[in-house]
Amino acid sequence: MKRVVAGLVMVMLLPLGAAFADDVKLGVLLGYTGPIESLVGPMADGAELAIKEVSDSGALLGGLQVVSVRGDTTCIDSAAATAAAERLITADQVNAIVGGDCSGVTIAVLQNVAKPNGIVMISPSATSPALSTIEDDGLFFRTAPSDARQGEVVADILQEMDIGEAALTYTNNDYGKGLADSIEANFKMRGGTITISAPHEDGKGDYSAEVAALDAVGGDILIVAGYLDQGGKGIIQAALDSGAFDQFFLPDGMIGDSLVEAIGADLNGSIGTVPGTDSPGAARLEEIAGMASGPFVSESYDAAALILLAMQAAGSTDSGDFKDHVMAVANAPGEQIFPGELEKALGILANGGEIDYVGASAVELVGAGESAGNYRQMAVEDGALVTVRYR
Amino acid sequence: MTDAVNADLVNAVVLLANFVLIPATVYGCQLALGALGVTLVYGVLRFSNFGHGETMAFGAMVTILVTWLLQSWQVGIAPLPTALLALPAGIAASAGLCLLTDRWVYRFYRRRKAAPVILLVASVGVMFVVNGLIRFVIGPDDQVFTDGARFVVSVRQFKAATGLAEGLAIKTTQTITVAVTAILVVWLFWFLGRTRTGKSMRAYSDNEDLALLSGINPERVVAVTWIIVGALAAVAGTLYGLDKSFKPFVYLSLLLPIFAAAIVGGLGSPLGAITGGFVVAFSEVLLTYPYKKFLSYLGPEGWRPDGLVQLLSTDYKFAVSFGILVVVLLIKPTGIFGGRST
Repeated sequence: MKRVVAGLVMVMLLPLGAAFADDVKLGVLLGYTGPIESLVGPMADGAELAIKEVSDSGALLGGLQVVSVRGDTTCIDSAAATAAAERLITADQVNAIVGGDCSGVTIAVLQNVAKPNGIVMISPSATSPALSTIEDDGLFFRTAPSDARQGEVVADILQEMDIGEAALTYTNNDYGKGLADSIEANFKMRGGTITISAPHEDGKGDYSAEVAALDAVGGDILIVAGYLDQGGKGIIQAALDSGAFDQFFLPDGMIGDSLVEAIGADLNGSIGTVPGTDSPGAARLEEIAGMASGPFVSESYDAAALILLAMQAAGSTDSGDFKDHVMAVANAPGEQIFPGELEKALGILANGGEIDYVGASAVELVGAGESAGNYRQMAVEDGALVTVRYR
Repeated sequence: MTDAVNADLVNAVVLLANFVLIPATVYGCQLALGALGVTLVYGVLRFSNFGHGETMAFGAMVTILVTWLLQSWQVGIAPLPTALLALPAGIAASAGLCLLTDRWVYRFYRRRKAAPVILLVASVGVMFVVNGLIRFVIGPDDQVFTDGARFVVSVRQFKAATGLAEGLAIKTTQTITVAVTAILVVWLFWFLGRTRTGKSMRAYSDNEDLALLSGINPERVVAVTWIIVGALAAVAGTLYGLDKSFKPFVYLSLLLPIFAAAIVGGLGSPLGAITGGFVVAFSEVLLTYPYKKFLSYLGPEGWRPDGLVQLLSTDYKFAVSFGILVVVLLIKPTGIFGGRST
C-alpha cells in the first residue's frame, strides 16, 4: 500500500517537476574512477565546456540554463554504472546523458536504464562494434567510430607495409575484444596471418609472462589493442626489455604522448591509428579550452553539443522528441558549425535554419548513429608522434 | 651437424634464462622481501598483517617523491637509479607509518589481548586508509621514476656478442634487486641471530610471558619489529616499482603471492619466507610459460609444436599462488620450515 501511495505521489509530482524546472540537466556518465580515470577528467571537462557555452549563451529554447550532473560508470562494473545511471534519471531527472565511456558499461546502461526510461545517450568513447547493431529505440548515438572501421584501417596499413604475420594482444574487455576481432577478420581477408590473439589484464605490475607467450609464436609486428597508461604500456616495455618485438602497432587507445615519453627511443618506427581528421575543429577546441586536447575530449565536447543542438532543433528538452533530430543537426545540409560557435548554431536553429555540426571531431553520423570514422595514421619518429596521413 | 645441435641447445637455454630464470629469480627476491615482513609481524605480533602491501606502496611512494626532488636538483648516482639514493627516506617514512599505525590502532588491541582475527580485521582497515592516503598523495596512475642505465646486458648487445638467434637481457634493476635482497637478508639473519635486540625479538616471539619475566621490554621489541618491517616493505616496494612499474593498486594484488610465500615457508620463519618467495615465483613463471619455442629448439629440425605448450594461461598466474596455498594448508599447514599453524 505504501508503495502504491508513493508511486501515485511520484506520478503526480513528475509532470509538476518538469513543468517548473527552468533548467536542462545533462548527465555526464563517465568512469571517474577505474582503469581509464586519467582519460576521463579531461573528457568530462570537454563535455561541460560545451554545456557551459550553451548555458552562457542564453540562446537555448528561449534562455534555458543547462547544468551537468556527473555519474560514475567505473568503466568496468556494469552494476555500479547501472545504479549511477538510475540515479541520474530518477533522482536528478536528467534530460539526456553524455556517456558512458567504456563499451561494456555503456551497453549495460543503455539496455537496463536508458532504453526503459526513454533517455537519449550519446557516448564519446564507446567503440565496440556490438553497439552498431544493438536494439536502442533510436536513443543511442556515439561520436566515436565503431572499431569495425578501425579494424579495416589497421589491416589496410599493415598490408601496405607488406607485413604478413602479426601477433596481437588486447585488453580483456569489450573494447579490446571487439577491436581485436575486427583487426583479425580484416587482416585475414587481406591475406595476412594473426599468429596469436591473446588477452591481457590491465593494472598489473608485470607483463613479462604475457610477452613470453607472444614471443613463443612470434610475428613481424606486435599489435597492442590496449590502453596506453595501463597494460598496453607494460606489454610494450616488457617486449622491448626481453627483445621479443621491436615494432608495434598502436590502435587508438595507445596513442598519446605519455607512451612515447615513457618508452623513449625504442618506440621509434612503430605505427598507429587514432580517430581524427584534418578538419580545423580540434585546434579550435584546444584554443577555447586553453589546454591540449587528450583522447576523446573532442568527442565528449561534440556529444554534449549534439544533445543540446538537437533539443533546440526539436524545440523540446524531452528525449522522446529530440532523438529524431540528432542525425539532422550532425550531418549536412546546413551551415558548418565548429567549437565555440554553438551560440550561432542555436540562433540558426531557432530561426528554422539548418546546421551541419562539424565540431571538434568532424562529426559525421552514419548507420545507426555513429561516427563515420576518420582516422589519422600515426608514426613514431625521433621520439614524437607524427601524422602520416588521414584515412 | 653437431654444431647446429649445440647452437640449438644454447639457444634453448638462453631463451629459458631470458624469459624464465632471470625474471623468476628477481620476482622471487621481491616476494621474499615482502614475505619476510609478513612473517616477522606474524612471529612477533601474532597476526596476519594485510596492510603490508600498502606499507610497501607507501614506502615506494615516498621514495618516488624524494627521487623526483633529487632529479630536479640534478643529484644522481648514474648509472645507478637515483631511487637508491632516495630509498633511506622511503624506509624512514614507512617505518614511521608502521609505528604510527601501531600506536593508533594495533597497540589498543594488543593491550586488550584481542584475538589475532580482530587484529587481522583491523589491519584490513589500516590497509584501506593507507590505500586512500596514497591515492590522495600520488594518485592512482603509473609513475615512472627509473633513471640511469637501463641494461647491464641488452638483447642487442648479447646477440651481437654471441651471434645467437635468441637474446638475453639483464636489466640494471634486476641486478640491483638481487644484490639488495642478498645484503638485506644477510643483515637480517645476523641481526636476529647475533644481536641482543634480535635475540630478544626471537625470545618474545617464542614465548611472550617468559620473555616478559626475563625483563624484555615488550614495547621496545614491538617498535623494533615495526621499524624492520617498514624498512623491508619500503625496500621491497621500491625494488618492485623500479623493476616493474609503480602503480598503487598492484601492491594490493601482490598480497596474495606474498602470503602464499610466507605460508609455504611456514609463518613466523624468516628462512621459510625466503624459500617460499622463490617457490611461489618459480611456480608462477614456470607454469605459465609457453614452451613452444623452447621445445622447437630441442626437437628435430623444422619441427614446431602446434599449440603454445603452456600449462596455464598467464591470466591464471594468481591461481598458482592460490593453488600452492591450498595444497600447503591441506598437506602441511605449518609450512616447509615448520612455522606456526595457521
